[in-house]
Amino acid sequence: MMLEPFEFGFMQRAMIAATLVGGVTAAVGVFVILRRLAYIGHGLAHSIFGGAVVSFTIGFNFFLGASLWGAFSVFLINQAARRRQIGGDAAIGIITTAAFAIGIAVISRARSFTRDFEAALFGEILGITNQDLYVTAGMIVLIAVVLFLLWKPLVFITFDHDVATSYGISVRWVEAVFSLALAATVVAALQVLGVTLIAAALVIPPVVARMLTDSFPRLFLIAVLIGAVTGWLGVYVSWFVDVSSGATVVLVQAAVFVLTLGWGLLESRRGLNAARRAERLAGLERSLND
Amino acid sequence: MATIGVDALVRLEGVALGYEGAVALRDVDLSIAPGELIGIVGPSGSGKTTLLRSLLGEPERYAGTATVAPDTRVGYVPQVETVDWNFPITVEQVAMLGSWRTRRWLPWTGRAERSRARDVLRQLGIADLADRPIRALSGGQQQRTFLARALVRAPDLLLMDEPTSGVDIKTRHEILHQLAALNSAGVTVVLTTHDLNGVASHLPRLIALGEQTVLADGPPSQVLQPEVLERAYGQPMLVVRSGRETYVLPVPEEAPGAHEDGPPGPDSFDVIGRSGRDDA
Repeated sequence: MMLEPFEFGFMQRAMIAATLVGGVTAAVGVFVILRRLAYIGHGLAHSIFGGAVVSFTIGFNFFLGASLWGAFSVFLINQAARRRQIGGDAAIGIITTAAFAIGIAVISRARSFTRDFEAALFGEILGITNQDLYVTAGMIVLIAVVLFLLWKPLVFITFDHDVATSYGISVRWVEAVFSLALAATVVAALQVLGVTLIAAALVIPPVVARMLTDSFPRLFLIAVLIGAVTGWLGVYVSWFVDVSSGATVVLVQAAVFVLTLGWGLLESRRGLNAARRAERLAGLERSLND
Repeated sequence: MATIGVDALVRLEGVALGYEGAVALRDVDLSIAPGELIGIVGPSGSGKTTLLRSLLGEPERYAGTATVAPDTRVGYVPQVETVDWNFPITVEQVAMLGSWRTRRWLPWTGRAERSRARDVLRQLGIADLADRPIRALSGGQQQRTFLARALVRAPDLLLMDEPTSGVDIKTRHEILHQLAALNSAGVTVVLTTHDLNGVASHLPRLIALGEQTVLADGPPSQVLQPEVLERAYGQPMLVVRSGRETYVLPVPEEAPGAHEDGPPGPDSFDVIGRSGRDDA
């Protein structure tokens, strides 16, 4: 009974994809939450939906079309954000919503809400083919290589953005490459989680890891581990509860978040009680000595 | 920035600087020789940080020439307010960021860089804090951590933006002592400061900024003059000298006619007392 999901090829592919996507979204998400870019992650997912819809409609390769659309959105956001009158958050809001609206407009022109569009919105992990899996794995390897090579400048910029240039880091170049890696992550996660749930997978594992450690390398490893394990567990559990796999992945991550938060509150209360006890004992000792 | 091969470490000639087309400083002429210890003073918004960062080639330059001697290694210590304190990073990890260019394509740091960072932390007296998260430190310890990040590069020119801002009087003294020691070891130091009495008056050379330009450049006795300071700060200033000490005080605004015989100020100093042992 417990091993039943492993007997089916589509479930095996789904679990592998969810593990990989869970790990990579968490890895990129570490920099997203520490740089307070959760909004761009959410916006890019919606923006890339537009690219996915256009690709489906004109019969263009989904991965290529969505990636190009995402890269173009990132380029426009960076250009607009450099104008002092606009600002980063407004640029993200305008461009990603407009790109999303293009997708909706294309759907309304087509006058049909096809399965492909639904897959892009809510994810369709159980429909992943071997070819999809290879492409997703290829994209994840590419993203991992980018993070590996840009690790030091990314850490520097994330910690002390204003000073990084003084230390010889090309901030614009590193930020542009990171934005492209973020867009690629969203594309890779689209089929697994869908537009509506990607932001949660980017944010929850790193936030949980942040609550557990004060060391950056440990935070990164814990976040990737939580992302990968909850990705796998979400798909596995979805088999038994008969709920959408993408939603189950996010719900498992949310449960881990709630448990960690509760544990943290319990620990701080314990610490507070211990401190109060120590204070009472010290007071008692003082009064005895007096 | 272009490079020069003469006795000056840095030279700015007729330079105008600013951001996004807005000029912050103009007609800046100055030369910094190796081994100097210089303070940049002026009110908030006078362009102290802009001038400091111009030595890194950062703000936009609209006029003039800026030259730096070849192979000059520059260390920069920002105001600590620019940092993201939520970032989970230890003192040693911050120090090692200074040598990020060594093995730049690898995420981990080599043994030599780690050893260099430990040496610098020891030199600055914060080696025992190496594994502590930086946000858990005091202002002075944080300042020293960022100084360590700059020093792991073994800089020829050290630029510090408000190094004594927000620290207590003891820490200020320690930081100044460390900067003097670095300067004695051959490092050229340029810093900005708001503190005219506790910091600027003790430096050998000051550059006073105001009215979007350099108002005075020279020893404190030449720069800390009432006329210069009034132009810089836009209000009458009183300068008092007692032996080797110089004190600058803003002249309080009084009701018209309150001091017909000149600006108010002390006629003499009353020494209240002095702490410390008397057996020396």
